[in-house]
Parts: sequence; C-alpha cells; structure tokens
Amino acid sequence: MSSNKKYWKSVEELNENSSIVETLQQNEFVEEIPTDEFLGDKESLGSSSTTRRDFLKYVGFSTAAASLAACEGPVIKSIPYVVQPTEIIPGVANYYATTIANGFDFASVLVKTREGRPIKIENNTDAATNGMANARVQASVLELYDSRRVKTPQKGEVRISWDDLMSETTAALNGLSDDKQIVFLTATMPSPSTHKLIAEFSEKYGNVKHVAYDAISDSATLDAYEAKYGKRGMANYDFSKARTIVSVGADFLGDWQGGGFESGYATKRIPENGKMSRHIQFESNMTLSGANADKRVPLTPNQQKLALAKLYSLVVGGSVSVDLPENIAAAVQSAANEIKTAGSNAVVVTGIQDVNAQTVALEINDHLNSKAFDASTTIKTRQGSDKAVMQLVADMKAGKVGAVIMNGVNPMYTLPNAADFKEGLDKVDLSIAFALKVDETSSNCDYIAAASHNLESWGDFELKSGHYSLMQPTIRPLFDTKQFQEALLVWNGNSASYRNYLKSTWTADILDGASFNKAVQAGVFVGASTSSVEVEDNMTDASDEDTSVAPRRNAARALARSANASGMELSLYTKTGMGDGQQANNPWLQEFPDPITRTTWDNYLTVSKTDADALGLENWNVANGGLNGSYANVTVNGVTLEKVPVIVQPGQAKGSVGLAFGYGRTSEALMKEMRVGANAYPLYQGFNNVQSVTVEKASGEHEFACVQLHNTLMGRGDIIKETTLEIFNTKDKHVWNKVPEVSLNHIETPVTSPDVDLWESFDRSIGHHFNLSIDLNACTGCGACVIACHAENNVPVVGKTEMRRSRDMHWLRIDRYYSSEETGFEGDNEKKDNISGLGSSLSEFGEMESPADNPQVAFQPVMCQHCNHAPCETVCPVAATAHGRQGQNHMAYNRCVGTRYCANNCPYKVRRFNWFLYNNNEEFDFNYAMNDDLGKMVLNPDVTVRSRGVMEKCSMCIQKTQKTILDAKREGRPVKDGEFQTACSAACGNGAMIFGDVNDKDSKIAELKEDNRAYHLLEHVGTKPNVVYQTKVRNTKEA
Amino acid sequence: MKKSYQNLEDNSTNNMKQVIYRNLTSTILHLGFILLLTFSTSVIAQEGDPANGKALFNANCAACHKLDRDMTGPMLRNVEARLAEEEGLDRTWLNSWIRNSSGLIKSGDAYANKVYNKWNKTAMTAFPQLSDQDISDILAYTAQPKPEPVVLEQVNIDGGGGEAGVSNNLILGALALLFGLLALALILVKRTLNRFAEAKGLEVVKEKRTPLWKAFAQNQFLLLVTAIFFLLASGYFVYGYLMQVGVDQGYEPVQPIHYSHRIHAGDNGIDCKYCHSSARVSKHSGIPSLNICMNCHKAIANVAPETLAEGKSEYGVDYDAEIQKLYDAVGWNGTGYTGESKPVKWIRIHNLPDFAYFNHSQHVSVAGIECQTCHGPVEEMEIMYQHSPLTMGWCINCHRETNVKVKDNGYYTKIHEELSKKYGVDQLTAAQMGGLECGKCHY
Repeated sequence: MSSNKKYWKSVEELNENSSIVETLQQNEFVEEIPTDEFLGDKESLGSSSTTRRDFLKYVGFSTAAASLAACEGPVIKSIPYVVQPTEIIPGVANYYATTIANGFDFASVLVKTREGRPIKIENNTDAATNGMANARVQASVLELYDSRRVKTPQKGEVRISWDDLMSETTAALNGLSDDKQIVFLTATMPSPSTHKLIAEFSEKYGNVKHVAYDAISDSATLDAYEAKYGKRGMANYDFSKARTIVSVGADFLGDWQGGGFESGYATKRIPENGKMSRHIQFESNMTLSGANADKRVPLTPNQQKLALAKLYSLVVGGSVSVDLPENIAAAVQSAANEIKTAGSNAVVVTGIQDVNAQTVALEINDHLNSKAFDASTTIKTRQGSDKAVMQLVADMKAGKVGAVIMNGVNPMYTLPNAADFKEGLDKVDLSIAFALKVDETSSNCDYIAAASHNLESWGDFELKSGHYSLMQPTIRPLFDTKQFQEALLVWNGNSASYRNYLKSTWTADILDGASFNKAVQAGVFVGASTSSVEVEDNMTDASDEDTSVAPRRNAARALARSANASGMELSLYTKTGMGDGQQANNPWLQEFPDPITRTTWDNYLTVSKTDADALGLENWNVANGGLNGSYANVTVNGVTLEKVPVIVQPGQAKGSVGLAFGYGRTSEALMKEMRVGANAYPLYQGFNNVQSVTVEKASGEHEFACVQLHNTLMGRGDIIKETTLEIFNTKDKHVWNKVPEVSLNHIETPVTSPDVDLWESFDRSIGHHFNLSIDLNACTGCGACVIACHAENNVPVVGKTEMRRSRDMHWLRIDRYYSSEETGFEGDNEKKDNISGLGSSLSEFGEMESPADNPQVAFQPVMCQHCNHAPCETVCPVAATAHGRQGQNHMAYNRCVGTRYCANNCPYKVRRFNWFLYNNNEEFDFNYAMNDDLGKMVLNPDVTVRSRGVMEKCSMCIQKTQKTILDAKREGRPVKDGEFQTACSAACGNGAMIFGDVNDKDSKIAELKEDNRAYHLLEHVGTKPNVVYQTKVRNTKEA
Repeated sequence: MKKSYQNLEDNSTNNMKQVIYRNLTSTILHLGFILLLTFSTSVIAQEGDPANGKALFNANCAACHKLDRDMTGPMLRNVEARLAEEEGLDRTWLNSWIRNSSGLIKSGDAYANKVYNKWNKTAMTAFPQLSDQDISDILAYTAQPKPEPVVLEQVNIDGGGGEAGVSNNLILGALALLFGLLALALILVKRTLNRFAEAKGLEVVKEKRTPLWKAFAQNQFLLLVTAIFFLLASGYFVYGYLMQVGVDQGYEPVQPIHYSHRIHAGDNGIDCKYCHSSARVSKHSGIPSLNICMNCHKAIANVAPETLAEGKSEYGVDYDAEIQKLYDAVGWNGTGYTGESKPVKWIRIHNLPDFAYFNHSQHVSVAGIECQTCHGPVEEMEIMYQHSPLTMGWCINCHRETNVKVKDNGYYTKIHEELSKKYGVDQLTAAQMGGLECGKCHY
C-alpha cells in the first residue's frame, strides 16, 4: 500500500447508513429492473389485441420488408471541385496556426482542417505564451458551426445587406451632434491594429471613447499594477521558477489573470532529483488550484484579506493587527516562514479583487525579488475598467452618448445592472452590436452586425508585452458576416482589406524587418521589445486619479481594515467548462463534468457541510443513482436569486458559499436544453466577486446530472497511489509503490510475474507497442483532454436526463477523489489498517470526524486501459472487441451486437453503450455536432459515428497512430519519438500525459513505464494495462 | 502600310510618340522592302513539306492553334490563302508575324493590331528559331484540304454470331427429329409385336404396379433425404442471395458525362495517377476536378475522326458532344472561361461502408500496388464499373497472399528483420505484419 488513506468519491459514501452506496457496491443497478411492471400486469397483457401469433407475423413481415428494402443500394453522388484549390487534397488534413481570442480566453492554437473545414483545435507548441488550449478553447470549434449564429446583418429583426448597414450607420455617425459621444464598448482586445483603427476612427469622427469591458472583471489587479508600474496590465508569473507558491484566493490553475499558468506550474510538480515545488493555497471555494495544493487552508474571503495582510507583515514587515482563528493564523505563520526560507524562490499570488490586496501581493513578490514574478512583462489579456463601464452606463442614461458600438460583449447578460444599461441603450441614438448571436444585448440594439467567428477572422493580439499572436481565417465566413475591424475600415473610409491593413501595421510597427508571412505561419511572434503600438486610442482610464492606491505602504493595513464582512459570504467564480458563459450554447461544454463537483448541465451554490446542516440544505442520491439536492434562495443586497440548487461541497470554507457565472441564460440564442442554471451576474454588484449574502432554504428538490456516484470502483482502493515527498525520497519503492502479490505455492509472488498469470502472453516485442503514461502529479484536472477527445473521436452528447442515468458517453473521464488525511485526527491510518471487509470500512468512514471539512483532492484521468489481458475481450460473444499486437484494444462497431457483456466485465468501467441513436435523431437535436447539417461539419471524417446499440470506448486514437505510421512508411523512415500522439496527450500542455511506443527503447514512454512511480490501475486483477499511472507525490513536509 | 500609318496618326494623341512611331514605321517599311527584294524569289520558289510541317505544327503551334477551330489563337487552315485573299497580306507579313508578332504590333501594322485586339490582347509567342523553310512547311500543312470524316462501314454485329446460332439450331432440330423418329419406331414396333401376339392368341398380362410417386411418398427414408436435399439447396441459394446484398460488383451506372477510361488510360496511356493524383498521398483516390480535365481538353475539343466514328457505332456516343458537356460544366467557351461553372455530379461506383477505413496512399504509394489489382482492366473499360466485390473477405484474402514491399523502406527495416526471424520466412505477408487485425480498418 502506497498510502493507507481511503478515498471516497462523494459525501454520500461517508454516510454510514447509505443504502445506495451499499447497493452500488454490489450491483450494477441501484434497484431491480422493473420487469414485473410489464410482465406482471396480466390484465393489460391479456387484453392486448395483438396475440402471440399476430406478433410473430408482424415481426416476420417487418423483417422481410426491412431486408427487401435493404437490397436496393442508394445512388451516391460524388461531386468534385470545378477548380481544386492547390492546398486542399481531399482526405488530407491541413493545419493553420491561429488564435482564439474571445475576450475571455486567449490562446495560440493550431487548427486542423479537413476539406477546408476546421474540425479540431490543437495546441500550438511553438507558442511561448498561451500555447495551451483549455477546454473552452478546444470546444470553440463547435461554436463556429452553431446554427443559431446570426447569419446576415439585421436592422432590428429585419435582415439587411452589409452595404445598407454600412451606409446607414455611416450616415448616422456623421449625423450625430458634436456634443454626443461615440463609444466603443468592446471586450478586451489587446490588438495593436484594432487600437490603431479605433484611433483613426476617433480622428475622423471626434469625441470617441473606447471602453474595454471584461465580463469577469480584473479591474483591481489592473489598477494595482498600474499604480505600481505605470502600465495597465497584469504582472506575469512563471510558476516553473517557483519552489514555494503561496496563493491567497487565486485560482491560478483556473481563470486567474486570464489563465495559462498551469504548464509552468506542472513542470515543477513532477519530482525531479527529489525536489518539487510546494504549493500552499488559502481559499474559500474548492478550486482546481486548491485541489492541487500540497496544503489547502479553507477560509472565507474576508479572512483571506486578513491572511494576506498578515502574510505581508510577516514577510515584508510592518504590523497589522488581524483577528484570525488560531489554525489559520498558524497556517499563515508557517506559510510566511516557508516564503522566507525560499526567498526569491517563493512567489505569492492573490485573486482577491481589491486594489490593496493586489498591491500587497505585488509588494511581497517585489520584496522577495521572486524569480517567478516578472513585473516587466505585462499580461494584456484583461483591460477592462469597472469605473469606465459604470461611467458609460451613467453617460448613456444621461443621454450623453450618441452612438454605442459593441463588439464581443453581452452586457445585457453580464452586467449586474443590466436594467440600467437597457435604459441607457434606449436613449442612445445609434446602437450597433457585433455579435455571433441574436443574444440578450444584440437583440436590443438598432443594428446587429453579424460578426465572424474567430476561425473566420484576421487578427493580432499582444498577449504579453512583446509576445504577439496572430489570427488568420481557417475557413471562408460561413454566413454573410464581417468582423468588427472590417466595418471600422469602412467607417474610416479606408478601402484596404483588414488583412492588408494588419500587414502594413505589422510591417511598420512590430515585425522589425521579419517576414509577415512567416509570422502568420507560426501564428506567434515575439518582438524584441514591447511594441511601439502602445496606441492611445482614447481608451478610458479610470484609475488615473484613483488615490486609494497611492499610499502603498499602508496597503496591508488598509486591506486588513477593509475586511469587515458579516454573515455568509458569497464567492462568485467561473467554472472550468463555462467560463463567462459566452459559449453556453455549446453542448460539449454543457456536458463537460466540472472537475471538482463532477456535475454537468448546471451551476449551483456550493455550501460547506457545516453550513448546509445549519441551513437544512442537503444532497441525497435517489433510486436511479442520480443526485438530488435542495434549493436555496440567495439574496445579495436586495437582489434575490430564487431556487438555486445546492451542492454540499467538501472543502468549502465555513461561512462561505460559491456560485458560478455563465449559466442561467434565457436568450433565444441558446437551444432550450442549454438554458440551464442560475444567472449569477445580477449578484456581481460593483464588479465584486465577493458579496455578503443571505441563504435560505427553498422548497422543492433539484435533479442534478452528476457523474459522481457513477462508475464506482466497487470499493476497491489503491486506485490512486499516493505518497509524500519525504517517503518518496527516503524509502524504497516497495514501501510506497508496492506491486500487489498473490500466493503461489504459499510463496508471495508479484502479480506481474508470468508464473501467476492465467493467460499465455503474446509476443509484443516486435513492431510498435503503445503505452500511455499519466502523471498524477502533473495532472491538474483541467479537462482539456476530455474536450479534445470529444472532438477527435466524434463522441456524442447525451443531454442532462441521460447523464443523470449515468449514460454519459465520455471516452475519457477525470475521476476526482477526496481523501480524508490531514484533517487533524490521529489514529486514522491505524483505524483503516484494521478495517476488515467492505462493510466495516464503510461504517468506519462514518465514524471519522467531519472528514468533509478540508479534504485532499486527487484527479485521475481514466480511459480504456487497453489491457494486454483484457477481460472484455474474453466475454464478447461475437469477437467484436479484440486485441491488436500494437497494444490497442480494438472495437469493431459493425460487429458489435450490443450484449454489453464487455462493459460488465470491465474492471475500469470505461466502456460506453449507445443507448440511443444520438445522430440524426430529433430527440437529441441539442447534440448539434451530429444532428444538423451545419454542426456535422465538425465531425472527424476518419472516425465512425456510432449507431444505436453498439458499445464504444477509447481506441487510443488508433486513427492517429495509424496516420503517423503511414506517414513514416510513405517517407520510408522509422517513427521518431514524440510523433505518436493521442488526442488527450496532444491536448495536455502540462506534460501529464505522455504517449509513445515502448518498444522504442530510447523513448520517453519506455523510460516512464519503468519509472519507480509507475503503477497500473487495479494491478492485482492482472489485466496488464497499457496505460500506466505515476504515483502522486505530495510535498506535505513543511520547509 | 499606308493605312496603318494613318491609323496610328488618327488614334494617337501623343505627338512625341507619333513621331517616333512614324520613324520606326518608315524604317521597318524600308527594311521590309529591301528584305522583300532580297528574298522574294526564294520565297516563291520554296515548296513546303506538309509532313515536316505537321510535326512542326504539333510541336510549336498546336498548344494555341487548331486547324479548324479557334482556340487561344485563331484557326489556321488555309491561313495563307485567306490572308492573301481577305487582307492582301503575303508571306513576308506572315514571317515577321510568326517570328516577332509583338514587334509587328508595335510597328503599328494595322492588321497585326486588329488581330491582337480581337484576341483579347494576348500576344503570340515569338518563334525566331523557325526558318523560312520551316514556316513554309507549316503553311503547306495548313494548306492541306480538310479530310473527309472517315465513315467506318457498319459492321454487322449479328452476322457471325447469328450464323453459329442457326447451325446449332439445325443440329438440335435434326437430333430432335431423329429422337422423334426413334420413339415413333419403337411405338410402331410395340404395336406390331402386340398384334403378332394377338394373332398368335397370346394374352399380354399387364402387371399391376404402384405408381412411382406413390412409391416415393411411401418411402420415408427417401422423403427425408429429399427434404434434406431441398433444404440444403434452398439454404445454398438463400445464402448466396443474402451474401450478394450490398455487394455491387459489376455496378456500372450511367454517368452524367460519358467518360471513357478506355480512350484515356488505354489508347492514350495516361497514367491513372495523373488525374487521380491524391491516391498517392490521401485516403481518397479523388475524382479529378474539372481543371485537371482542362489541362488537356483546352486543346482537345474533338476526338480523332476514327475514334468519333467508333464511339458512334460501338457505343452510341458522340464523344465530341461529351467533351462539350465538360466545357459547359467548366464554363469554357472555346477561347476562355466564362466563369459560369456547374460541378459534375458523378455517380459514385466504389463505395466502402463508413465503418471500414481504407487508405489509397497506403496501397498505392507504400505497397506499390497497381490500380488494376483492385479496379480491374480500367484501360479497357469504356464505362467504369466495379471490378472487385469490395467485401471484407476479398480484402482479407489479398492481405493473406500479398507480400509487404519492404525493400528500400526505412520504416520496415527493423520490424522486417525481427518478424522474418520470428516466422522463419524471408517475405512477410500483410497478414503477418498485422494486416488482419480488426482495428486496422475499423475505427
């Protein structure tokens, strides 16, 4: 046993008397299949007019009719190009480097296109900045093919032509009286050429204002940075250079400061030469960062402020008097000690949206001279200013604004005071919205300018100072759309195309003699220095005279003083799957299980166990294995969200609750299945993500689609092997990563020995033998691999009700386990060692003292393990699943008859059954990647779309390995290490997933397979999987 | 020449240019005159050799000119005679035009400019390398009369076959007659014998016999055997019927354009991969886009008369009309593209089910398999049809029998060495390489 700790997947498991857990341990179904309902009802069976004979006749007739109908093959047309573009060869994929930048996510990516259609987004590994696509960026390719996109420009609800729109708006702009402003309200666009265009626009029209608006504001961060360094931006952090990371409320593995920090973080999480980074997290909601931390301290947002102030005084100096509970004060003290020990190897980050807090964090890093902290390179992916937005709303209401031109924003949905905005909008003479959809905002504007998708547009983005990313179209606009910049050119009276404008801007200002085409090809460009394109385009800067920032020395004290909340505190956050909610109509993202709660198709109020008990809120599992929960009414400052579903979240700080943005949209721009959850934006008052809140129980119960209790591993522990850095460094492998043993002739023999094997082994030493290594230390649970797998393998979306029935189709799931160590009770390990049998272990879990308070968390991606001795293969009556000698477990869909024996016999529960026809089926029209002609363009033509009644599962991306082999064959060369990739390994920017050929002795995977940390899932079963996991090592020892 | 001079003067708005041109023109005029004097005798004396002319024409002119049809340039049959007749231009003009048309145009020659403008200001390539003799050969070739279309004699298709049928019938008829006579003879013999017997007073006893069908019905064993036989037989046929469901071997649909692989791949010997180029690199062999057709058909609007006649008689197809269909689709009016195109909706012949993955480049580029191995004698097919059954059994069979082409392929070096040691063979079949595994084709 690597560790004696027991994992549990749900608080339900801790409930001593939960019959459901017990039932699920023993049976596949929680309750008997209700066959009696049908067969037992003699009356209706007897009264049926269809006799047995008639039934057989019908069956016979329909079979004959069906087979006759099948005899005539359809005539299939094949239509070639009239003039084939030279760069397109049917059947061969092209890759283009471009950028996804939607105001919330910014990433340099590669786009795979087939026959001219983008079908998948992949990481641009050449990019120095944001080269890793997160789950939302991966999914944005489906957004392109959303049939609810606005297809032509509209004037109100009437469709008009672009010419009309441009001439009418130009006339209107010219006709505005001079005292009225023209305002650009855009999402953050760190685009040098766009800024230049807007500057030119304001030269022409005068009285122009540009307001950048981030739906989720980082205004405080920007203000603090600006006050200290004189530039509006955010400090850059490279966590690969940090040995000690202390985060106070910063989910830097999530969307903190625009995201993109996980790759650097993960590199130092893999123990190397006995060293790895140490990560201490102070937070209220359970976030990805908290889940990955070595030490996590739950505390309310208010306490976070105090803790940060205290940390400042301990590290930098000065005195603040803070009133913190003893255990938190001790944790702060020890964190301070560790920071001081690490010196410049330490870094402190904070996500508290408070200028003082951000200033304090900058001060600490400055004081430490932290290596991970890079104040000279500025992150530019957030530029919004709360004050400017508020000013704009006020101006609009006061009738000072003549025209407002919006791009990439949806304030009617995202503004807390949307009603005020609406009122103001009605007073504006001319309102134009560049939008992908007829959404909450654009439907209220005079003109809806149908905007092109990122994948149809040109663009340039300065992600960090000096680090540029270029956007190029990967497909012609599908509809009659234009991008914002094209319209700007027209308004400016410039007849150049935006591409040419972009090129000339770049040639003049950025490239410094380098080739534009090369830059476009690479998708990224790192300039010698930050650009001279720091264009002042009337970007309103609210913090100029913000005096609250000035007295920096007192920031800590001011911070401590500002912490004066009473009662329950609400932390608003963004979910990994949904972000700010602009992709809410994306079924891939709706069905993406949240890494922490494992819940799909919902947002919810996360409440700690203690608070839930006090408020009478609860979660329980119902007969079909689904999760139900109470509702709560959430009131902030007079604004009440009614009937918000509640999830009891282990690790949630007592006295705090959490609620995610991005849900609760009601616009027609979304299919009705996607209009789920509660809208948290009305609670986001004053752009403060922390609010004082009252929570009270509401009537009714909510049905969650949670994959939490599904796929239980039948109580078998040792799924995740875990140890501490100290043991890892000092003890032998047998202590912390022991191979299970069985008795052979009364001698304990490791299960890996051929002597105890039931099976003859095939010779796999020749040719390729694929293995996938998953490093539990580097996996942050971000889920990019899940969406990448979705896109690559045409995985269907099944919808909320089917998810609730645990009929999820994800080939790759990321299991999340909570542990109960480090919660302060002694003798825990001993107790667990003494547990005999399953029933006893369950009862003893319950005896443990409030284990849900602050669990440790581990993520484990699980897909088909491709067992060399696969239990599924032996039970298939039709040999539909068979083993290839390259190590992959093959699944021939056309051979499968759907007995599901294989799924029942799979110890890992990774096989997925097509209960319904998910393609070309109106019932599943929300799965538009398979159901409407436009959505189907995203399908990967190399992978079969499965039909009803067949089993499917991870194929280890055999289409990709075969492609790699074929390329090598055609070029007549051996395959190089690193060439073999699966969709998940390619999507993983953290280096947690390494794929390759173990018969190539020099490969990385061959080395990893023999690593001391390597183990197989459920090794004692003897399945000999081809997926190998690396034991999780926690750096728990305090420095 | 005078005319052109005036023309220039009229058209020109720039005096400077005018002067220059005037000077240039007069220079050329003088030079031309001298040239004419020098060579006039020899020019007239030269007799062209049409055979050499044809070769030169095909090598130099045929890319843009046809004898009887306008193409990139005008049609050239009897060009010399026509020029002399209509424009009063002689060989000298032609020589200078052919050797340096742009020079002639610049010189302000009226007809040269007229032609230049008429043909969308496309300058003709200069051929300074052609000698006078060459030019006269070419002109001699163009001066040949248009050959009358060759009309092939209608071959009586039924002829030979019909004769054979008649003779067979005759033999069969004779045989039938013979057997009929024999049967008649037997009946007569029997009757005569009966009469003899009657005459001698012998009583012919008729034996009471169970009818054959009754005996058969009474014999349980025989019934069982027959039943089994019929069941097996019907099973055989039902199986046979079911196994051909979805197998479209021999599928030969009527295509929107009658495209003859026989002419292209057979008679003209065009490599398959010239048109189906993506077979080299892609999973699809690709149906050639129309611009590939136009690579050649820009110049070929008509097939050879023999071919045309053959098509009409043998296949009932006017090949020229089919080429015209291509032009309509691609939007070619004989001299340029109109921009109005409509894609050709071919009917797909070779169809693998979606769940079977097949990659052409693997077979064509890596394995070096001839296209004909699977697609049959395409070079003989007037209309393309599916030659192979394209069933899994057919695939598997080939994978079992075919050796992998490992020579000179760096990818196979290691695996071949190890596998051939393992199996103790020198040549490895695709099956031994793992080519029978389900997942290699089904994913």
